[in-house]
Amino acid sequence: MGMSRRDFLRGGALAAAGVALTGRPGEASADAPQTRIKGLKSSTTICPYCAVGCGLLVHTKDGKIVNIEGDPQHPINHGSLCSKGSSLFQVAVNENRLQKVMYRAPGSDKFEEKSWDWAMDRIALRLKETRDKNFKAKEINKKDNKEYVVNRTEGMAFFGGAGLDNEECYLWSKFSRAMGVGMLEHQARL
Amino acid sequence: MTNHWIDLKNSDAIFIIGCNPAENHPISFKWIEKAMDDGGKLIVADPRYTRSASKADIYAQLRPGTDIAFLGGMINYALQNNMIHEEYVREYTNAAFIINEKFNFQDGLFCSFDDQEKSYDLKSWAYENDAAGNPKRDMSMKDPRCVYQLLKKHYSRYDADMVCSITGTKKEDFLKVAKTFCATGRADKAGTILYAMGITQSTHGTQNVRAVAMLQMLLGNIGIAGGGVNALRGESNVQGSTDYGLLFNSLPGYLKLPEFANTDFKAYIEKYTPKTKDAKSANWWGNTPKYITSLLKAWYGDNATPENDFCYNYLPKWSSNYSYSKIIERMGKGEVEGLVCMGMNPAMGGPDSNSARGALDKLKWLVTVDLWQTETSIFWKRPGVNPKDIHTEVFMLPAASSVEKEGSISNSGRWAQWRYKAVEPVGESKSDLWIINQFFKRVQALYTKDKGVFPEPITKLAWNYGDGHEPDVHLVAKEINGYFTKDTTIVDKDKTLEFKKGDQVPMFKYLQADGSTTSGCWIYCGSYTKEGNQMARRDASDPTGLGLFPKWSWCWPLNRRIIYNRASVTPDGAPFNPKRPVIAWDALEKKWKGDVPDGPWPPMKDAKEGKYPFIMLAEGHGRLYALDMKDGPFPEHYEPMESPARNQLSKVQNNPLVKIPANISSDLVKFPLIGTTYRMTEHWQTGGMTRSLPWLVELVPDMFVEISESLAKQKGIKKGDKVKVTTERGAIEAVALVTSRLKPFNVDGKSVEQVGMPWHFGYSGLAKGDSANLLTPTVGCANTNIPEFKAFLCNIEKGGTKA
Ligand code: SF4
Repeated sequence: MGMSRRDFLRGGALAAAGVALTGRPGEASADAPQTRIKGLKSSTTICPYCAVGCGLLVHTKDGKIVNIEGDPQHPINHGSLCSKGSSLFQVAVNENRLQKVMYRAPGSDKFEEKSWDWAMDRIALRLKETRDKNFKAKEINKKDNKEYVVNRTEGMAFFGGAGLDNEECYLWSKFSRAMGVGMLEHQARL
Repeated sequence: MTNHWIDLKNSDAIFIIGCNPAENHPISFKWIEKAMDDGGKLIVADPRYTRSASKADIYAQLRPGTDIAFLGGMINYALQNNMIHEEYVREYTNAAFIINEKFNFQDGLFCSFDDQEKSYDLKSWAYENDAAGNPKRDMSMKDPRCVYQLLKKHYSRYDADMVCSITGTKKEDFLKVAKTFCATGRADKAGTILYAMGITQSTHGTQNVRAVAMLQMLLGNIGIAGGGVNALRGESNVQGSTDYGLLFNSLPGYLKLPEFANTDFKAYIEKYTPKTKDAKSANWWGNTPKYITSLLKAWYGDNATPENDFCYNYLPKWSSNYSYSKIIERMGKGEVEGLVCMGMNPAMGGPDSNSARGALDKLKWLVTVDLWQTETSIFWKRPGVNPKDIHTEVFMLPAASSVEKEGSISNSGRWAQWRYKAVEPVGESKSDLWIINQFFKRVQALYTKDKGVFPEPITKLAWNYGDGHEPDVHLVAKEINGYFTKDTTIVDKDKTLEFKKGDQVPMFKYLQADGSTTSGCWIYCGSYTKEGNQMARRDASDPTGLGLFPKWSWCWPLNRRIIYNRASVTPDGAPFNPKRPVIAWDALEKKWKGDVPDGPWPPMKDAKEGKYPFIMLAEGHGRLYALDMKDGPFPEHYEPMESPARNQLSKVQNNPLVKIPANISSDLVKFPLIGTTYRMTEHWQTGGMTRSLPWLVELVPDMFVEISESLAKQKGIKKGDKVKVTTERGAIEAVALVTSRLKPFNVDGKSVEQVGMPWHFGYSGLAKGDSANLLTPTVGCANTNIPEFKAFLCNIEKGGTKA
């Protein structure tokens, strides 16, 4: 490639300098000739695996990810990554990623491709049917034989959240409780 | 974590028990090694000689599930050898508090045990109050009924010989660990304890955590730089998801989801707002009314008024345990029609996966939202079943990855860090934010059009995140922070602050109980203010040199990097360790310097305004003696549910609060070996995010189990052989890894072997393999119900399951 290790390192450091102040997507070191990131856009991210929270730089070209590496400016990892963090590129660029909405009818032995609209309408119907059918406004407590208002949806459970962003977790909590769902749990219980 | 990753460098002794950071949080070792370079000692106690152990100054082998014996032994060692930080213990913990005379502990049980109900009457453990209603104290700590004396008595049974006979640790190793770590009981020394699921995944998991916290309080190690009780969390945002209340009995910000008995808002507030008569106690949860009202205002907007209890009745009220394993149990009985999984994989993530998979068969409909096809989304065509027999309707929705959307995640050190969208989601995949928004909007439209049962909680929900293709994540983040709902004037000491309707609330101190503020998650109030998105900050300055990085991202609460930091100073406000001051009181300027202090008040000794350091507890003192643990005020050693040994400390074999389920077997003829599960660097959780990545699959392509050389010899197994591992729940096939890193334990004079296994494998993905969770038992912690994945009984034979 005709690039020395020093150029390589300098390229990384300059790329980092380009995003150091804001971390927002921006032009990566346009004035760093001979480096592999010339002309690429660069933005920061945080590793989606463990909760050390290492920083990474994502390099893109024409709307495609071409490289992901450790963020040398990040105070926790200073650019280092473990084998999982180093593989983030293959999460983003991977032919095994789901690309379409898939549906499996009861008793069927295969998935069929569906549109978002079709699936979301049908899921909304299921959510409503199950809620309406299993909603418990009041219940008699076995211990004192008194009736209590519980306004709770039985028959439906919502799982997950440790892989979501905070803002998503928040809306997930808000939506779940508005639905009356009591059976809301996630990875923290395991 | 009370502290954070970089702070590990400030430790004089790092004690790793129940985690393996070199393997599972690898970059943390940057900071552990920094501490070691500066003379710090690394101590590892673990059943296996792990990657972390290989770096340690001292390694102690510890039988799975015996952590309380080990930690109790260390507590005893510190007390017997006067190695505790006495001033800290006397002033800042409840060591001097007097316990009522009913309390006692005998033959493995605390007083007031109800054998029928398998429960204790927690009231029988209460403090003894004086005439004013405050707990009595004996500052000399000599009263036989004070916590200090009770503690000393309780743990006097945990001498080194007893401990090692239980844990299987070599006595000299145990003593080395105790001596080295307890040496941090000095005011100028810091010791940190790191733990993870090795501590929590146990029928006495919460008491394991308490034992860690108690040892740290005795040594004066909480609140200081290089100290702390540090849970190393496994998923990138499991801290955040817990903060946002995604557990059956939780609301965002560790508020409680109401129970059936909290019949109205007043009753709820009464129940969850602790009271104190002690003016020196900050009693922070006394602010509960402000936080719950601000939450309800964020959820129900103008519809939430004082007249209608701020829509309190729209919240569901729980009346029985809906923890994860209990839900799976209900599902297995056909009581659950529908399940939505947001990036979760119950077909292999929980205990006894055979039962969990069978439970999924009973669903009418299932929605999975993930980047990949998972074991859960294809449960209906898993090996051994006929899809025709399974009548579940399955929607498999493609989710965007973390670089294809924008938002924040919170690491283990509570740092909320912002991530940017680098590219559009692949194919037709969508962010979870978009997906949740669609769920809500479509359901709301149905309820608006067709009515239905009790539609108000849905039709009246405030959901104002712009008109874009997906909700504006900045509007969501701003709602989480909270804003003023009307023009408000707040008098704060000598300042008068004016806020306009719609202004962001600068910090949770200004949240109100009258509906004039919103905040979707009060502990995040301050994360998105008038000054902008604090979570996106990237100023890497470190003015104290302690690695606090106060302007890099934002951390809850209030950007305080080390919590309980009022315990890092003397009652006069001078740092215990002047070389590593977290905060210090400047008497001239009358303010704290350093980290954001745990409350603005002057030091504890200040007669008028001083406060105790443990501000989240009504009595303001760290609890060496707990009041609200279901299974006892002191952690007591009990054996795991499936154990190769009798309890040597008492006749009570297992945690008396945990009912023994049917599929537990302690038949040592059938299952003579200890089984334990764990994680590794190259894979992650149920493998969705790793077993489809060629680079990682190349590194670890197969499910394997680890056994010692002696067990291999005994069973005629060689490295690379196919083996079959069985438990009362099921059987798996794996490749044998024979290693000198595993050794048998010497327990109660007997040699006991162990089988170790990662739990990342399943039947979906590029690299497939049997799931270790087919073997694990559905029995959990008395307080949290977290399953006992770490210690069970099994057997191993040469040849696979097909052999
Ligand atoms: S790079 Fe490794 S250590 Fe860092 S956050 Fe990711 S998984 Fe954790």
